[in-house]
Amino acid sequence: MLEIKNLHARIAEDGTEIIRGLNLTVKAGEVAAIMGPNGSGKSTLSYILAGREDYEVTEGEILYNGESILELDPSERAAKGIFLAFQYPVEIPGVATMQFLKVAMNEQRKARGEAELTTPDFMRRVKESAAELKIAPEMLRRPLNVGFSGGEKKRAEILQMSLLEPKLCILDETDSGLDIDALKIVADGVNALRSPDRAVVVITHYQRLLDYIVPDTVHVLYKGQVIKSGDKTLAHELEANGYADIIDAAA
Amino acid sequence: MNMQTGMKLSVAETALCEAYDHAIGELPGDGAVLAARDVLISDFKDAGLPTRRVEAWHYTDLKALLRAVPAFDPAASAAKVGPLVEGATVLSVVNGVADSRASAEGVTLRTFADALADGTAAEGLTARDSDDTIGRINGAFVRDGFVLDFPAGTELEAPLEIQAIQNAGQTHTRFPATFGANTKATVIERYLAVSDNAALVTSVSDISLADGAEITWIIFQGQGLADTHLGQIRITLGTDAKLRLYVINAGGKLVRQEIHVVVAGEGSDLILRGINLLGGETHNDVTFTVGHNVPNTTSTEVIRNVIFDRARGVFQGQIRVAPDAQKTDAKMSCNTLLLSDEADFSAKPELEIFADDVQCGHGATVIDIDHVQLFYLMARGIPENKARAMLVNAFVAEIVEELEDEPLVEALEGVIAAWLEKHA
Repeated sequence: MLEIKNLHARIAEDGTEIIRGLNLTVKAGEVAAIMGPNGSGKSTLSYILAGREDYEVTEGEILYNGESILELDPSERAAKGIFLAFQYPVEIPGVATMQFLKVAMNEQRKARGEAELTTPDFMRRVKESAAELKIAPEMLRRPLNVGFSGGEKKRAEILQMSLLEPKLCILDETDSGLDIDALKIVADGVNALRSPDRAVVVITHYQRLLDYIVPDTVHVLYKGQVIKSGDKTLAHELEANGYADIIDAAA
Repeated sequence: MNMQTGMKLSVAETALCEAYDHAIGELPGDGAVLAARDVLISDFKDAGLPTRRVEAWHYTDLKALLRAVPAFDPAASAAKVGPLVEGATVLSVVNGVADSRASAEGVTLRTFADALADGTAAEGLTARDSDDTIGRINGAFVRDGFVLDFPAGTELEAPLEIQAIQNAGQTHTRFPATFGANTKATVIERYLAVSDNAALVTSVSDISLADGAEITWIIFQGQGLADTHLGQIRITLGTDAKLRLYVINAGGKLVRQEIHVVVAGEGSDLILRGINLLGGETHNDVTFTVGHNVPNTTSTEVIRNVIFDRARGVFQGQIRVAPDAQKTDAKMSCNTLLLSDEADFSAKPELEIFADDVQCGHGATVIDIDHVQLFYLMARGIPENKARAMLVNAFVAEIVEELEDEPLVEALEGVIAAWLEKHA
């Protein structure tokens, strides 16, 4: 589903290279965890996949279902089924959460040539997903992410993900700022989306989230490269011994 | 003393003076009204239209900007439209002529033409000061409007809409309103054009709020692409009076809207919110003065401007605090979303504070679309143009939502969205 080949990317503004020859393959149905110390390029990778303009790809390729996505803007990538759950969801005062959800769902449907949702159908879907994620109706009446606590913002991201039904879900540090109860709710939401035709990339600092969203593969990112890949036992190894041994072995 | 003797009149100045000579025989009122008109037009002839050398008009050089003045067009007609908010009582003014049969429950109402005819309007036909060009032109030419009197204790359920709709020529109206003690009402002063014919519209409203009145007053200006709109609202606030004044400009080629507030009663509160949607070649000036003259009063002013194309916007805001107006709390901000390299905005805040125990502040910002917000919306599949429109809309919607009156908020958001769809 996702093939990243020898990817090099830098910050557009100052030319700092962050991703330096990254290779990664994620198959449909797979949950891949990407771990790594601070500054290894984890969040940058997630932004590049989503199409943020602040980063420039200088070399290599990103193939999604066999097609390059480098020339697509973020909305086109989203319409094709790529979803990034933000580490820091953006507050937008003046945009009502419900209106945003409706526009996003319908724009994606339009882009795929599907009929727009009727209002009752839309309301029903939101209500069901919100209830599963224990999101109070009051929260949905507020402007987008405004006044949401850290945990509420993360749950709202997962709500968007379950409503938009993407094929490739990228979770950027979705566990940060969550207490254990919220973490379980979020993990349940993600697990409910696991399916043979959907891939999930979980970017995280800690093993903790991976106890709830159990990965099929684990990849260690360091200085913009994947330096080691393995199965879920690799995450436990990292938790016990830290990154130093792996980094030394790769050097 | 006449400093301007021998001054060469511009085309527009000449047209106005000639229009006065032609129209005066037909304008309502004689005696004191006629005398007041003559003084105003004579002062106008002496001073002419203001140039940038007049401080109050520095950013709106009316002499240079007002190139021509359309003649009166008695044949111009227009049909009234439905109210902005469903269920509102409409007081209709078509091409400057008020509906003499209009009525509104709970409000004592007469046309301004009547008040001119019987001379009671004469007292108000004055200029505020020597730079009051709007007061002069309007006072000299005013033909009609409504005089609204809200008896003490009146509470209106539905909004009252003064609907001034024009097609062409000149219209000069007044809408003086007196709100008695503890009245509650929402008034919408709505200006619309039905054609792209050039028109000159002037309008002056004298508003007073007696003790404890709580009023929402909305000025919506949606003139045509070739129109000149010169508006002025003069307000006096009594003890514990609360006024929410929304000024929304979404039309016109040359627009000046003046707001002058005298805070005269302790415990009173003024909330001014301005939304200026500017596109094309529009020049739009909102000039605001407030005098806090007594202790323990508050005012907040928030102006949001969205500017496209080669439009030019101006906001002048002056807060004066009198020596004994202690504990005044006044905050003014002006935020501009500049969406074109050729667009322009000038903000001129002025604080004149003569009391020592007050809280006053002002701030002005000019911003572009926030690219992180744009990325977030696009990452959810919303195409760039739509995402931009949502963010522009959000910039002004935030203020509209403060009204917390659902039908009114929806109606205003509707006209704002419609404007943005046309211009973005």
